[in-house]
Amino acid sequence: MDTNELIETLVADTRQPVAPLSFVWWGAAGLAIALAAVIFFATLGLRPDVAAAAETPRFMLKFVITTMLGASAFGLARGLSRPDEDWRGVAPYLAVAPALLAIAVFVELLLLPPGAWPAKIVGMNSMVCLAYIPLIGIGPLAVFLLALRHGAPTQPALAGAAAGLLAGGIAATFYAAHCTDDSPLFVATWYTIAIAGLAALGAAGASRLARW
Amino acid sequence: MYGNGEKELARLLRTAIAGDERAYGEFLRCAACLVRGFARRKVGQGGIDPEDVVQETLLAIHMKRHTWRDDGPVMPWLHAIARHKLVDAFRRRGRRVEIEIGEIAETFAEPEPETVSNREIGRALDALTPGQRSVVAAVSVDGNSIVETAERLGMSETAVRVALHRGLVAIARRFGRD
Repeated sequence: MDTNELIETLVADTRQPVAPLSFVWWGAAGLAIALAAVIFFATLGLRPDVAAAAETPRFMLKFVITTMLGASAFGLARGLSRPDEDWRGVAPYLAVAPALLAIAVFVELLLLPPGAWPAKIVGMNSMVCLAYIPLIGIGPLAVFLLALRHGAPTQPALAGAAAGLLAGGIAATFYAAHCTDDSPLFVATWYTIAIAGLAALGAAGASRLARW
Repeated sequence: MYGNGEKELARLLRTAIAGDERAYGEFLRCAACLVRGFARRKVGQGGIDPEDVVQETLLAIHMKRHTWRDDGPVMPWLHAIARHKLVDAFRRRGRRVEIEIGEIAETFAEPEPETVSNREIGRALDALTPGQRSVVAAVSVDGNSIVETAERLGMSETAVRVALHRGLVAIARRFGRD
């Protein structure tokens, strides 16, 4: 097949409508949040004292951190899905959530006597956290990997890791509404491990699925 | 920033995405020239045919044309896709060299006749299902239109379009996979 024949062939294949990428990402985000909500409310549900908890800064801070993570990872994953996008411009926002968490941990260590630290780190729900953040996040991750496949990432593994952080941010936001361990020490330990697992899974998945 | 060529290319691609086949053909011919220059400069004596890179890039442009931002410049987008496909070609070439060393004895014993179309994309045709292959070959190598192909193969136009599209997707995916 010479190049002119190829061009005529490609021109003949233009009746299939293709969804624009930005539209696909917003659709994927909506679908992912809906999936996460269904799994969350079907399995865990809100904690019983959620109204009282909403008055406490530690509980609310969890949502600030997880939604910041989700929003910054969304921008990064979307940027990495275009071959020419300057994703390095949005990458620094990814540092906001970890920085907030680091400050919260520092303040918590100042507020609590050292003897109380181990109990706050271990908490009551570490295994629930490690099981349910990945469980809630796996559906959203699949949706985002399909969005990456629809795009054209030149660094699939990196894009997949960003998709994993995005799915992790969404899952952790839901999970935080169930969990009674509100200390930043708990969040920095167990949430981080669970979300890192999703990021690794996303990197591995996208390396296979999002090649083009 | 990118001059008149950039503006004209962006206009062609925008019109093409809106459904204008002539604009699309013109855009792809311009893109082929640009990518050919790029590929020839980069390939050097690497044992890669630059025209293979041109064809694989055109196919990738076609499959991923929705990843272009219609308010953004075309050149950097085109360049990013071409570079991605060039890296692919180098990687495959590296792998193939290893295979060939192992198969030298066989090659000597049984000299393969050179086929007319031994381009990578031509070879990828062989991996398609028989139905897809006959449609893609009728449109590409024989230069038939969709309507002519439908008449010749006794298929509906829609079935021809679907088979052509799936065949091209399969070829593009074959290049992406390894």
